[in-house]
Formats: sequence, C-alpha cells, structure tokens
Amino acid sequence: MSDVLRIENLEKRYEDSIVLDDINITVKKGEVVVIVGPSGCGKSTLLRCLNGLEKIQEGSVVLEDQIVNPVSKNQEKVREKIGMVFQTYDLFPHMTILQNVMLAPLKVKKRNKQDVQTEALELLDRVGLLSKKDKYPRQLSGGQKQRVAIVRALIMHPEVLLLDEITAALDPEMVREVLDVVLSLAKEGRTMVIVTHEMQFAKAVADRVIFLDGGKIIEEGSSKEIFEHPKTDRLKTFLKSFTYDEQ
Amino acid sequence: MNTNVIFTYLPEYTEAFVLTIRIAWLGIAIAFGVGIISAFVLYFKIPTLSAIVKIYIELFRNTPLLVQLFFIYFGLPRIGINISAETCGIFGLGLLGGAYMAESIRSGLDTVSESQIKSASALGMTRLQIFRFVIFPQAVSVSIPALLANVIFLLKETSVFSAISLMDLMFTAKDLIGLYYNTVECLLLLVVFYCLMLLPVSIIGGYVEKKVRFGMFGV
Repeated sequence: MSDVLRIENLEKRYEDSIVLDDINITVKKGEVVVIVGPSGCGKSTLLRCLNGLEKIQEGSVVLEDQIVNPVSKNQEKVREKIGMVFQTYDLFPHMTILQNVMLAPLKVKKRNKQDVQTEALELLDRVGLLSKKDKYPRQLSGGQKQRVAIVRALIMHPEVLLLDEITAALDPEMVREVLDVVLSLAKEGRTMVIVTHEMQFAKAVADRVIFLDGGKIIEEGSSKEIFEHPKTDRLKTFLKSFTYDEQ
Repeated sequence: MNTNVIFTYLPEYTEAFVLTIRIAWLGIAIAFGVGIISAFVLYFKIPTLSAIVKIYIELFRNTPLLVQLFFIYFGLPRIGINISAETCGIFGLGLLGGAYMAESIRSGLDTVSESQIKSASALGMTRLQIFRFVIFPQAVSVSIPALLANVIFLLKETSVFSAISLMDLMFTAKDLIGLYYNTVECLLLLVVFYCLMLLPVSIIGGYVEKKVRFGMFGV
C-alpha cells in the first residue's frame, strides 16, 4: 500500500517548551492510526500540525507529494484534501444542516450545486440525519451535530480524515452513534488519524496505535500489541488508569 | 391651537420630510459601506490602512456632527472643492455614521469564536471566504441591535442640517415659526414628522432583530 501521509522529524515548540519532539509517522492508504496518551501529551496539537492549523519548527508533514507543513502560501489547496472533525463540532450556527454540508464543496471546490446537493443528501441519509437537513445546528443533539460534522468533512473527498477527540464533549449515550459512523468509515477503507480517549473504540478501529507521552512517541504497534502486551512502564500505567479492578 | 394653520403648513413639512429622508438614507447607506470596509480593515489588521481607519473613527466619533458639517461645508471651498449643501449633508452623515457602524460591526466580528475559523479553514476555505460566509453573517446578526441604534441616532442627527441651510424638517419649523409665530403648531408638526420618520424604523427593526439575532437561528 502506498504512503498517504508522511510525518518526518516533526518538532513543535512554544517559545522554550517543546510540545512535540522528533515525531515520525507514516500513514498508509486505508490505514487507521489511533493516537492515545494522557491529557496534555500533545495529541491534539499533533493532529492540528497535520493539516497546517499549527505551525511546526522542525521537520515536515507531506500529503502524497504536497507539503502541508511547514505552512506555505497556498495552504488552502492542500488543506481541502485533509478532512478534520473537532471535539466541539463547530458547525456554522447561521446555516441549516444542508447548507453547512454544502458550503465547502460549493465555494472551495466550485462544484455544481445539483451534484453537491445529491451527494449531501446521500451522506446525511447514511448517518441517519436526512430528516434534519433543514434544521439549524442548535436544534440537534451533540451526537447528531458531530455526525453532521463528519459528513461535512467527507463531502470534500479528503485523502485523509483527522478526528480530534470527537466524542469527548458528548453525553455517554451519544458516543456510540458517532463511533458507529467512524467504524463504518474504517471498514470501507478510509485513511484516518484518530485522537481519542475511548480505549475500547481505539482497540476496535485501529490498524495501528501510537502512544504519545510528553510530546514523544513512546510506543507504537498493532492494537493487540499496545493494549494486551504493553512494553513500557509508562504505557502500562496509562492503560491501568482506564480500569477499575481492585489494585 | 389653530388646526387650520396645521393644514396650511402640511405641504412645506411634507417637502422637508422627503428631503430629510432622502439625505438620511443616502447618508446611512454610505455609513454602512464605510463601516463594513473599516471593520474589515481593522479585523484583518491591514497595515497602514488600520492606522488610518483608527484615526478616522476616533476623529469622527469624538467631534459633533455640526462641527464636521461646518468643516466640510465651509472648509472645502477654501481648498477649491465646492459641494452643495445636500451633498455635504449626505457625506457628513455618512462619515459620522461610518465611524459608529465600524465599531458596532467590529464588536460583532470579535464575538465569532476562533474555533469557527479553525473549522472553516480545515475545510480549505480562504481567509476571504471564511470572512464572507462564516464570520460576517454571524457578526452582523450579533451587531443588529447596535446597528439599529446607530440608524435611529443618525436619523435624529439630521436635525443639525438646518445649520448649513438645508431645508430639512428642523429648518422648515424654525423658518415658519420665525415668519408667523405659530410656535405650538409648528413644533407639534415637527414632533409628528420626526415620529413618522423613526417609528417605522423602530418597529421593522425590532422585527428584524427578533428574526436574525445570533442564537435565534432555528427557533
């Protein structure tokens, strides 16, 4: 399989503190890479570096043969190929659901309105939200909004999809409906980089898991290797924090 | 009070009313244009232009319209630019209003959260597209109450036009009082005509405000 995203020697600093240190990851086509790690380890920052929303100080991020980071002038051109879904959904509150989904393909890709609408309706139907197309974001639940945000990213036909803790702001009973959508995307061979705190989900969806701590990659492997046979103490401690067995 | 007098003065007042409204709305249209452009310049911190816009806003917000009109009406001819009283009124109002509109729109722009901009740029939109489709519509809906207050304020400010001998409502009232001394009738008509000009704005404005206000989308 060919490489879609190559991250080489990436380093991110805020003034004197190093946030990400010598990160090397290669994401293959159709691969689902899940990044886990304690809060503040730099997971979300790393994800934002992958589409150029954050600048980096060293190294590079390359999508196929286009440089994403260091950020260049025509950043938008490459960014439209990288879909991103955020923790806080960030739908546009002044537009209906359908308008939210259609905005970028119409304005950025300048596609034909009829085609875009047909595709938007298909995608909304797929995530079970066709009936909500004329509603405004504030009329939807968190889980529904997040599914719309996924559709809004998908309709741009991204080469790779970045999901940044997309269930962290949801009520527990809504987590499933969102993760089901992501799982179905993984099954159809979408390339994704996912940051999550849902370990069971990470286990189910990941082809490869990366454990990040203190801005460094500590361990990397298949989900079986990472979750069942962790090598480092830091990963073992981290995984223990998710279980409630007696000590 | 003599009701007959009121009816005899109606044509004069109507004429003044039409003139006042024409100047006011042209001035307000300019004010919106100037305000939007100024807010845009401030929002994107465009070098040099930002500084000019800031000076403009402070200058026009901190001097009375009457003084501004005197400067334009009596000052410009001295450097060889002759403009009519009407043009002077329109631009005076437009520039004063522009400064207020700019501040109102800018405060609206500041309420649009950083995450909206991030999610729009993640979709590949350019800064200009983000401004036009994401930030500006949300900002305007937040600013509507302030913009509406500005419109009402500007409509009332037209009353100083009489100082540069524009035959507006105030001028007509003062003129008729000076000529015939029917003070009560003339002032009553003045109040009625100002209400006629402003009440529809308040009523329609209130309706628009309810319709498009931020957070009210989809109620």
